[in-house]
Amino acid sequence: MDLKIIDYGAGNIKSIQFAFQRLGIDAILSSNPEDIISAEKVIFPGVGEASSAMKKLKDSGLDKVIPQLTQPVLGICLGMQLMCNHSEEGNTQGLGIFDVDVKKFKNDVKVPQMGWNVIKNLKSELFENINEGDYMYLVHSYYAEICPEAIATTDYKIEYASALQKENFYGVQFHPEKSGLIGEQLLKNFINL
Amino acid sequence: MLTKRIVPCLDIKDGRTVKGVNFVDLRDAGDPVTLAKQYAELGADELVFLDITATKEKRRTLHDMVLKVAEQVNIPFTVGGGISSVEDVDDLLHCGADKVSINSAAVKRPELINELSAKFGSQCVVVAIDAKQIEGEWFVHLAGGSIPTNIKLFDWAKEVEQRGAGEILFTSMNHDGTKAGFANKALAKLSELVNIPIIASGGAGTMQHFADTFKEGKADAALAASVFHFGEIAIRDLKEVLKNQDIPVRL
Repeated sequence: MDLKIIDYGAGNIKSIQFAFQRLGIDAILSSNPEDIISAEKVIFPGVGEASSAMKKLKDSGLDKVIPQLTQPVLGICLGMQLMCNHSEEGNTQGLGIFDVDVKKFKNDVKVPQMGWNVIKNLKSELFENINEGDYMYLVHSYYAEICPEAIATTDYKIEYASALQKENFYGVQFHPEKSGLIGEQLLKNFINL
Repeated sequence: MLTKRIVPCLDIKDGRTVKGVNFVDLRDAGDPVTLAKQYAELGADELVFLDITATKEKRRTLHDMVLKVAEQVNIPFTVGGGISSVEDVDDLLHCGADKVSINSAAVKRPELINELSAKFGSQCVVVAIDAKQIEGEWFVHLAGGSIPTNIKLFDWAKEVEQRGAGEILFTSMNHDGTKAGFANKALAKLSELVNIPIIASGGAGTMQHFADTFKEGKADAALAASVFHFGEIAIRDLKEVLKNQDIPVRL
């Protein structure tokens, strides 16, 4: 399996690499467009602040590469948010793959949302052998709104899209690499797509 | 619904767990990696490793341990103890830690919180606060609670939030080690004052103490060491008890 993790200097990539290693898959970090384009599967990670992460993507030219990929691509956390139209965080223009905006949680809940929450309304082969109401680990202050591309939703005072899909592009707000056995199942499902 | 987190804390010295652990039949209960995996399987939501190694030279041992935990454990974990610079945090995050916890260094130089949250994001910056209630007023203490300061707990909590902390780990020195319950009044006040998650620490003795700290103390997570390490409370049983009291938990 030729699996590449896009390395653009945003966030803790080690845990994603280790999670695939536990599944017996050697995930390679790469910032080289050719290697990413030719990979069988691509992970688009991200932790930190949206506008500075977007700037790093642009500096490396990867902002042009990612939307053109044709193999399965999985955006995780900030990676997923950057695949959307626009984020309130740093007033950031995203890659526009998912037709939805990213908003900040209101102050009627603790921000960031940190911990294990339920995923529901699952509709994708990404959730094979994962049940309605299973728990995933989340850490985030911004969320994607409910939209037609939502393949999972989560409640945190409001209901939001905790996973998105459009054609070969998948995005998850939660951290499958940190979500125990259920998270491992999701990574396996992505590999098997 | 977001669930309340149960967080076992492991004290680490020279890459080994310090206090004896006898809740499971482990060949090497001193090995943090074995223990962390066990806790993950038993239903812990998150883990905290507190390094009490005194010397700087031993940091390499801690890094090796963090790397091994990250390699083998599939739930989030925080590393704390002796962290005083952006470089310290960079090293630990590179080894695979999800969050770091800073304490005395933040009191001595509060700008460190701003620097860390700007560079790595608030989500991985936990500020640990040890405080003691003296004649009705809570004061921040340093060096594991041994050195008093004149900084008031609630002022400091507000300040760390404004500087970009993503979470507060509050330990009451009055309650720590007593097994008589958490400092729920102070915890509830903290939760109302700031809008970031609060981890309650110090005083866990019974399952009801956990229920009380989530209800009365409004805590988002509860941390404990000995009640878990010595098998006095099994995490699954604890979660069943919490669930029966309508407290959301991951089961």
